[in-house]
Amino acid sequence: MTMPHIIDVCAVLRSAVNQDYGNLVTRDTGMAVRHQIERELAANREGGITSLDFSSIGLMDYSCADEVVAKLLVLLQNDDLTRGGYVVFRGIGEEHLELVESVLKHHGLALVCVCDDGNPRLIGRVSEAERRAWDMVRIRGTACPADLADEFGFGEDFVAEVLGELSRRRLVVRRGDSGFVALDAADMVQ
Amino acid sequence: MNVITVPSSLDDQSFEQVLEQLAPLAPDDRILLDARNTTWASPYGLTALLTLAQTRLVKPQFYAPEKDDTSSYWSRAKFFDYAADLFEVLGRVPARGPERESGTLLEVTPVSKSDDVHKVVERIQAKASQIITNNLHLESRAVMGFAMALSEACQNIVEHAGRGGWVAVQNYNYRRRMGRHVVQIAVCDAGVGIRQSLESGNRRPLTDRWDDGVALETAVIQGMSRFPDFGRGQGFKGIRGYLRKWKGKLAVRSGTARVADVPPWDDDVVRRDHLAPMPGTQLFIMIPEEVDR
Repeated sequence: MTMPHIIDVCAVLRSAVNQDYGNLVTRDTGMAVRHQIERELAANREGGITSLDFSSIGLMDYSCADEVVAKLLVLLQNDDLTRGGYVVFRGIGEEHLELVESVLKHHGLALVCVCDDGNPRLIGRVSEAERRAWDMVRIRGTACPADLADEFGFGEDFVAEVLGELSRRRLVVRRGDSGFVALDAADMVQ
Repeated sequence: MNVITVPSSLDDQSFEQVLEQLAPLAPDDRILLDARNTTWASPYGLTALLTLAQTRLVKPQFYAPEKDDTSSYWSRAKFFDYAADLFEVLGRVPARGPERESGTLLEVTPVSKSDDVHKVVERIQAKASQIITNNLHLESRAVMGFAMALSEACQNIVEHAGRGGWVAVQNYNYRRRMGRHVVQIAVCDAGVGIRQSLESGNRRPLTDRWDDGVALETAVIQGMSRFPDFGRGQGFKGIRGYLRKWKGKLAVRSGTARVADVPPWDDDVVRRDHLAPMPGTQLFIMIPEEVDR
């Protein structure tokens, strides 16, 4: 087992703006924080899982969430800074979830967030089929399309397609030819 | 010298009287703003006065309010700290005395860069939390949205105005007027204004009609920004969503027009055109106490 890679977003904020701030506000700040996170993600091991820890962040506004969360996810999906890796968001308080979800929906994005209760949640824009498949993988920890097809009520091919899309969106981890692992479970068994 | 009479009660509505008196004058005409009989000013009134001074090519004169209570409040609100640079101040200006309970959440504060927005949010956090939960009786999660709305409003100056502006926040007990507590936020700048901002980014919609009112609706209601990035323009959407949830009011004035999100308790008009011109953008937010609990 390797140590999970954790990025403390508040520490990044303070380093990026060179001030003792605890709030993620303004687009300039968001951009500076995202650039630093991008550098840290790029330096992480290939295919690893990184936790972005927001638990020490006080306030967040739309502009900053757009820069730090949405633009980062777009980069992860398109340019893949992590070279096949994944990002889990942690410590986003209930009071911020609505704001983050709104930003994600605007961009058609989704992320996995481990909330205060310790349970992972899928937030943002996902189809009903993606949400069901994601929940099934999360409950099992790991699954392949054949495991889910019966419960899903559709054929194995359809389930494989949905899981493939979740993997492309970096919401589940693809292992081998047909296995899919929940992000929080994958974090534990690396 | 052109004397402009400042109304006795100066807020976002009565400030129009100041602009109407100013409208026939050229930007380099000498003016005297006479506030001797002014007895009350909202955060909008104070910040808009400073903004107005920024638009003049010749430093205007300003007669301070004669009433001691009024001028000492303006002093505590730090109006005169900045007025001293922008106006030739006449009359008696009281020294800023010791802090006392006045409901001021944030004194008149200049905003020109991202760092200023951070400082505003950090300064207001604890006090806002207390007033929003104790006076407005809103849920604690309303505090987060309040700071978000304030931050986004201030960022409009940093991102779009092209010059510095002002923010102020005040808590009032409007027992006689509305029968409840309210918090007012004013964010005013004398920058390029929304119409020119959209034009500068080639973001003018393809429409025959294009004026300040259309530009305001395009930015405030439709969430269009001068920047083409997909995530831009969400600030106003966030502010409006927050205010809808807590039955608050938003009014944005730019150039010769004003649009407002009018809550059920208010009888303001949604859009006004052909107002007296004022450079820049002036934003007014009011969040009322929850009385339907």
